[in-house]
Amino acid sequence: MQGGIWIVGEIRENNIDPVTFELLTKGRQLSEELGEELACIIIGPKVKGVEDELFRYGAKQVIVIEDEVLSPFCETLYGEIIAHYARDREPSIILAGATERAKAFMPVCATCLETGLTANCMDLSIDPDSKALLQTRPAYGGNLMATIVCKDRRPQMATVRSGVFKAVPLDENASGRVEELSIPDELRKNPFVLESFKPLEEAEDVPDYKGAEVVIAAGRGVAEPEQIKKLKELSQLLGGVLGATRPVTDMGLLPHHAQIGQTGQIVSPTLYMGFGISGAAPHTIGIQGTKIIVAINKDPDAPIFKFANYGIVGNAEEIIDCLLEELRTLRGGQA
Amino acid sequence: MNIICCIKQVPSTDSVRFDREKGTLIREGVTSEINPYDLFALEAGVALKEQCGGELTVLTMGPPQAEEALREAISRGADNGVLLSDRAFAGSDTLATSYILAKAIEKLGTWDLVLCGKQTTDGDTAQVGPGLAQRLGVPCATCVESIELIEEGKVRINRRLEEGTYTLACQLPMVMTIEMGANSPRIPSLRGKMRAKKAEIPCLTAESIGVDQVKIGLNGSPTRVSSTYVPEFSGKHELLQGSPKEQVDALIGILREAGIL
Ligand SMILES: Cc1cc2nc3c(=O)[nH]c(=O)nc-3n(C[C@H](O)[C@H](O)[C@H](O)COP(=O)(O)OP(=O)(O)OC[C@H]3O[C@@H](n4cnc5c(N)ncnc54)[C@H](O)[C@@H]3O)c2cc1C
Ligand SMILES: Cc1cc2nc3c(=O)[nH]c(=O)nc-3n(C[C@H](O)[C@H](O)[C@H](O)COP(=O)(O)OP(=O)(O)OC[C@H]3O[C@@H](n4cnc5c(N)ncnc54)[C@H](O)[C@@H]3O)c2cc1C
Repeated sequence: MQGGIWIVGEIRENNIDPVTFELLTKGRQLSEELGEELACIIIGPKVKGVEDELFRYGAKQVIVIEDEVLSPFCETLYGEIIAHYARDREPSIILAGATERAKAFMPVCATCLETGLTANCMDLSIDPDSKALLQTRPAYGGNLMATIVCKDRRPQMATVRSGVFKAVPLDENASGRVEELSIPDELRKNPFVLESFKPLEEAEDVPDYKGAEVVIAAGRGVAEPEQIKKLKELSQLLGGVLGATRPVTDMGLLPHHAQIGQTGQIVSPTLYMGFGISGAAPHTIGIQGTKIIVAINKDPDAPIFKFANYGIVGNAEEIIDCLLEELRTLRGGQA
Repeated sequence: MNIICCIKQVPSTDSVRFDREKGTLIREGVTSEINPYDLFALEAGVALKEQCGGELTVLTMGPPQAEEALREAISRGADNGVLLSDRAFAGSDTLATSYILAKAIEKLGTWDLVLCGKQTTDGDTAQVGPGLAQRLGVPCATCVESIELIEEGKVRINRRLEEGTYTLACQLPMVMTIEMGANSPRIPSLRGKMRAKKAEIPCLTAESIGVDQVKIGLNGSPTRVSSTYVPEFSGKHELLQGSPKEQVDALIGILREAGIL
């Protein structure tokens, strides 16, 4: 039988990007609704060994394409290889995380297959009538959400932002088939020669933004080292993480990975508390999954109040000091 | 080295407003600008051209007024501008857009390097560059931070992926998309502005580049926007009242109720 749902897994330096598990979990649901099999395709110079983990998140089949020619990463090569096998096996859907690599090889692949590709999706569902994949994505910096369909051509392809679906494993014993494929000779050339690689300096631990229950966010209104320090303490007292808007990370007050929003982290905590943040769409798009949004801003007309469940109009510095004092007392009392 | 830089004219971010009811963009009062990401691609092209000689042509597909974007690019150091404009192009998705751009580039003659921005601020897919490379049958590298000529037809690039920066040697011709912040785009010079004013900007159409009509516009686009809406947050909205101390007390109560304290 042709058809099936393919998730292109992302494995970097032997680590599986969590978006792979998120997509497999969503893929399981799509596979049930469509009655088509869920497969995970892993491609790279060193990808073997993770098959069991992929089964545990619902893959019934793992397709392995491992070859030295796949290093260094080259989108043209990856895209053409995936297209080669897709042409042969005709999956009805191909999904990948919106990572730098996938955002580059998926368009190559879609172009080879002359099909549509929807970028940076934040929701996927099946149209009950047509059975087409409904792909919802932000445009205009998150000010507009658009639902895209690829009606007539197959496969339907999309990249999906990390953090929008929750990864839920199946039981330990879930298993499936492994199939190893080799790259056809005519595609086995890498146009790039690696001269050197410099790892990111920020090798320090990146906090778990996605899994955080509490997210404190700093905006331009509190963009001073003193306030950032206090907010760090506040996030610690609440057992959460500290994030920021782009101006704050651009100023170097917090590392780049702390940026929340369209071009940063997507968070879905129980509580989000934003200090001195205007509420521009590129930022708020990153907090849509939050249960309780609290905003502190001195401007009563700040757009963030449209999103906030609870708002405080006032000077953020004052609120921070007061809140810290109360929490220190509370925590002190508990210890 | 002959370089082609693809730019897109987009609504300027601070001028766009949205109709919550209809879930659409309000077209009135929208001003246009060069996609901010493309300024980095343009600067990379101008700098490389200054280093190695050759010509830099800017290419845009859009409505007739996109000519302004080309003139601005010339004032910022490009040599020539080419406009691709035809009603038949309207509604093109990234698959159709990359096809049209590729057909135009083939028409422009020999080239060594095509530069694109990393993404746009409106469609924001980052798909046109890699798609274009595939159409042209050359390799693509995205997220490029720097380009340096090693020898005729060969370059060294730095590209940044999640885990770090790769230095690669690559053979031209190829397509690259330039990372935001990769350089400092120069501002239009006085001489540039003069040249921009006088520049002749040819306009290419579907017919003049010889595209296959079924591969362009809405009909040639496999993806369709089926609906749009302005994202809204639902649930309770309440402003906490009183002095800062009272507001914080109310907040503590909310945190307790939510099980955070
Ligand atoms: C393509 C693109 C992608 C982007 N991606 C992101 C992204 O991923 N994440 C992101 O955050 N941004 C992103 N941005 C930027 C975004 O558009 C906004 O510029 C940014 O979110 C604004 O940050 P801010 O709210 O901190 O600053 P501002 O908009 O400057 O707001 C500061 C707020 O602080 C308030 N304030 C000032 N002083 C005080 C005080 N003492 N007490 C209380 N309130 C005070 C002011 O009233 C104001 O509302 C992106 C932009 C583009 C074009
Ligand atoms: C709400 C909405 C959602 C959309 N979603 C999708 C989608 O998911 N998938 C899809 O295929 N299409 C989508 N489109 C259509 C898409 O925006 C257009 O095809 C657009 O022409 C190019 O895509 P982009 O703006 O995303 O460009 P990107 O791929 O982000 O642009 C990258 C670079 O390509 C170059 N470039 C892009 N457009 C042009 C141009 N017209 N002329 C010259 N150079 C250019 C520039 O260098 C630019 O920096 C959507 C459109 C809308 C309005």
